[in-house]
Amino acid sequence: MQLDARIPSGPVEEKWTRRQFDMKLVNPANKRKYNVIVVGTGLAGGAAAATLGELGYNVQCFTFHDSPRRAHSIAAQGGINAAKNYQGDGDSIYRLFYDTVKGGDFRSREANVYRLAELSLNIIDQAVAQGVPFAREYGGLLANRSFGGAQVSRTFYARGQTGQQLLLGAYQALERQIALGTVKMHNRSEMLDVIVVDGRARGIVTRHLVTGKIEAHMADAVVLGTGGYSNVFFLSTNAMMCNVTATWRAHKRGAGFANPSFTQIHPTCIPQGGEYQSKLTLMSESLRNDGRIWVPARAGDTRPASDIPESERDYYLERLYPSFGNLSPRDIASRRAKEMVDAGHGIGDLKNGVFLDFADAIKRLGRDVVSERYGNLFEMYEKITGENPYERPMRIYPAPHYTMGGLWVDYDLETTLPGLFCIGEANFSDHGANRLGASALMQGLADGYFIAPLTVGNYLAEAPRADADASALAAQGVVKEVEARQQLLLGINGSRTVDSFHVELGRIMWNHCGMARNEAGLKKALQEIPQLREEFWENVLVPGSGASLNQSLEKAGRVADFLEFAEVMCHDALTRDESCGGHFREEHVTEEGEARRDDENFAHSAVWEFTGVGNAPVRHEEPLTFEHVPLSQRSYK
Amino acid sequence: MRQAVTLYQSSIGKKFLMAVSGILLAGFVVVHMIGNLKMFEGPESMDGYAVFLKGLGSPILPEYGALWITRIVLLLAVGIHMVAAFQLWRRSRAARDVAYRKNDSQVFSYASRTLRWGGVIILLFVIYHILHFTTGNVHSDFAYGSVYQNVVIGFQNTPVALFYLVAVGALSLHLYHGLWSVFTTLGVQNPRVTRVRRPLAAGLSILLFVGYAAVPVGVMAGILTLR
Amino acid sequence: MDLTLHVWRQAGTSAAGDFQTYKAVGINGSMSFLEMLDLVNENITREGGDPIAFEHDCREGICGSCGMVVNGIAHGPHDMTTVCQLHMRSFADGDEVWIEPFRARAFPVLKDLVVERAALDRIVQAGGYVSIRTGSAPDANATPVPKPDADRAFDAAACIGCGACVAACPNASAMLFTAAKAAHLSYLPQGQTERLGRALDMVAVHDDEGFGNCTNHGACQVVCPKGISVDYIARLNRDTIRATLGGVGSPAATAGQ
Repeated sequence: MQLDARIPSGPVEEKWTRRQFDMKLVNPANKRKYNVIVVGTGLAGGAAAATLGELGYNVQCFTFHDSPRRAHSIAAQGGINAAKNYQGDGDSIYRLFYDTVKGGDFRSREANVYRLAELSLNIIDQAVAQGVPFAREYGGLLANRSFGGAQVSRTFYARGQTGQQLLLGAYQALERQIALGTVKMHNRSEMLDVIVVDGRARGIVTRHLVTGKIEAHMADAVVLGTGGYSNVFFLSTNAMMCNVTATWRAHKRGAGFANPSFTQIHPTCIPQGGEYQSKLTLMSESLRNDGRIWVPARAGDTRPASDIPESERDYYLERLYPSFGNLSPRDIASRRAKEMVDAGHGIGDLKNGVFLDFADAIKRLGRDVVSERYGNLFEMYEKITGENPYERPMRIYPAPHYTMGGLWVDYDLETTLPGLFCIGEANFSDHGANRLGASALMQGLADGYFIAPLTVGNYLAEAPRADADASALAAQGVVKEVEARQQLLLGINGSRTVDSFHVELGRIMWNHCGMARNEAGLKKALQEIPQLREEFWENVLVPGSGASLNQSLEKAGRVADFLEFAEVMCHDALTRDESCGGHFREEHVTEEGEARRDDENFAHSAVWEFTGVGNAPVRHEEPLTFEHVPLSQRSYK
Repeated sequence: MRQAVTLYQSSIGKKFLMAVSGILLAGFVVVHMIGNLKMFEGPESMDGYAVFLKGLGSPILPEYGALWITRIVLLLAVGIHMVAAFQLWRRSRAARDVAYRKNDSQVFSYASRTLRWGGVIILLFVIYHILHFTTGNVHSDFAYGSVYQNVVIGFQNTPVALFYLVAVGALSLHLYHGLWSVFTTLGVQNPRVTRVRRPLAAGLSILLFVGYAAVPVGVMAGILTLR
Repeated sequence: MDLTLHVWRQAGTSAAGDFQTYKAVGINGSMSFLEMLDLVNENITREGGDPIAFEHDCREGICGSCGMVVNGIAHGPHDMTTVCQLHMRSFADGDEVWIEPFRARAFPVLKDLVVERAALDRIVQAGGYVSIRTGSAPDANATPVPKPDADRAFDAAACIGCGACVAACPNASAMLFTAAKAAHLSYLPQGQTERLGRALDMVAVHDDEGFGNCTNHGACQVVCPKGISVDYIARLNRDTIRATLGGVGSPAATAGQ
């Protein structure tokens, strides 16, 4: 596997400009002769499809939802970063770049991150022009807030629904192109494989979720914007249908998968309520601005919060991190909570959470101020738990939330499979080993609106056209493979439901490849996953047929892919014998219990090559160099 | 021309036509009610009012001229109101081809649910009312020009008077929902107006009901008698 | 708690549908309504049956995928709540629950409780956007927007496109959806240029898709999980009438010029 990142030469500030100038262009009159497939309609996919259509390419866009507006980008709450410096507080492109590289714990590519910071300005302009109703000040100008521990106020937001509003902007742009006929939308169509002809991605195979029809769609280039894989843990804050299938199938066809073990855990989610629970709900991190986190000092204490006197409470974040306290970074807050629960200090019926207490804030600010700041979040919490956070502390616990790993891409966002591009959360991204708050929306839109449409154009101008006969033959073969796999799933007729396997896989991954990992646990997981996979293929029960709407069959295909993917995730976590960002190896901690990086041996992205199901994948490395942001240790004491 | 076609084609255009014709008809209903109250001033006032209406617009218009112009305009308004209502009703009926088994209708007001049937009742009533007091076809003892006498004799028949009461009840409900709806249909969004649209519609509807009920009740109570 | 469910089952759009009765046993009050259905489905699957199809995804009330009529009310008995955020503590042991799909001719049933809502996308295609080319936007702060306008635009833009307004409307009208999208853009300076044509074109497609017309019942506003106000319908009415009487050329009519 060749890993050529194709980073343009020159100073970091000029790389993107140079790259754009060096690109080959497609004659405007010829653009509509090129077919481009975009899979996924979230911020990245939706924006890319709309822009490619607008540029004049013939775009086929696919989503497994009933409408392109439902992609999970819609659930992002907090905001989107941009180095606009509208607050005049000393922000700049360079500072955003610096913060992002450092926040990613030095496991991302400087050139890409700089470009991201640069394009953040255009994103806000674009969104406002589309009519995204960002929060404004009384003077009519855009409002900003500080988010996720940033020292400047660079986060733009639309109440707690920033992702929704940005997605609707992209969706509207996409619908406009659909109306103009430049984009053909395929709703309820799930991508199940990539068609490779002569070493290039030339199309995809989809299953229509209502008619069950499996068909090939051919194109000159394929763009995947299919999101992250947090649902490998079964319980996460991701939507129920989020999955790894598109990127995993692409991986099996030759696209390298980078840093799969880099996953992010969000510290403030509502703890699991019972075995039946299907997903976890995130509560905005902003709650930590005024809430105090604590557990009973005595393990096994089951008294209600109100009966525990001050002297018997452990405000552990305030105790351990006197200067950052309850606002310590996501990974640290998450790990400390897990330690408390593991040590028997957990609260709630299942002893699986910690308290987030607003009693002091209410005393200090008054109930009205607290309600003004967090009213909608408190309501949401009460709706879900039936508990009133004004009267008793919230219960919170960390939950999987975002995945920094993904398909490896070069500077042009092209994977190791030529003609296959990957954007948004689906690629291994600019966030390194840890994503900063309000940066996911920024990356998705930068990739979708401003990068992929240009780099795909450059590819089209350079690449040879496909041979029609070879393409037809290849397509036929892949369709047959997909059909055979579906028949296999339907024919097992075992005794366990698909969900029961997913739940079990999730438990293995959460226990051994979750918030904290160690060698023994990962090795255990690498034994358990193949066993579970084997049982799945012998004993799964998928009712119904493939010829109509069959939600069990859809889930079965996705869980089957998770069962393969989970293994490479554990391999990655095992071989990355250091702690960095969201990847925390218990063997590598500083004396203070923080993550200890090993820059000497692991200042690289690990890129995995598929060698067959059950076979050990091959690990490749893309070395990372840091010219602008000096390697340093994070400290939040 | 495109405007007229669009107005007629779109559902909002049809509603606009209904709103405008409805306002016209509501205006007539108010004027008619005030005229009715002349009953309480005695036969001379009432019968004289009828003569006044016949002569309205003279000498520029012939006798009955203004009356017929008004009647034609009202007839047109009724026609537009009904045709649009019928078309919208058909469209809406088609829009839900399978009914709900369970339908929790608490969220709809009685007036809004009975709007269409109320309209049908009012139409039947108006036809009866014209045959009763204008042409006298269904009146037991109709005397042309003796409006006061016709009304008193008409309402001394208790079932007829009760039917009138039911009909004006339906009319008031219809006007209540129709009147406050008009604000939305015509796109009035000034919060100062929208805040008072429901009380305004309710007040006017109650006023109309009281005003219209006064005559049959007056006859039944023996306040209005033959003189 | 134990419940009796009467669920609409329909194999496909052209198939006849009917209610089937299921027992939901051992339901916990902190389950969501959809988790209760998950449990019922696990049992149906294990017993060799065909699980109940229903649409859902984010399960936090924002994606707009889920939606069904529970005991006669779209999204169930709670205000400002999608059915995925409805919790079983709202029900009592022994309750009978009738579960039906959103019913409208413009929303054909695909299977059981899953309906096709693409008609809403087509209304947006008719003009629910600002025609802006990627990369050509002026600086975001070049045009200040008064905060009240931005807030009102946001209130309208909060629509999740679930279609509950259509389901609840006695006329199966999508006027609240259409009005919310139009109002979102008409409150912002960026949306002014295309404002009247947008109203005209979106309403025309709304009508063509077979939705009924608005008779100002207000049921839509009551079931809307985002609390979108019927006042936006007044705004759309006004823009449409203005466009009609003023004879504003629609983008569709002027495209290509």
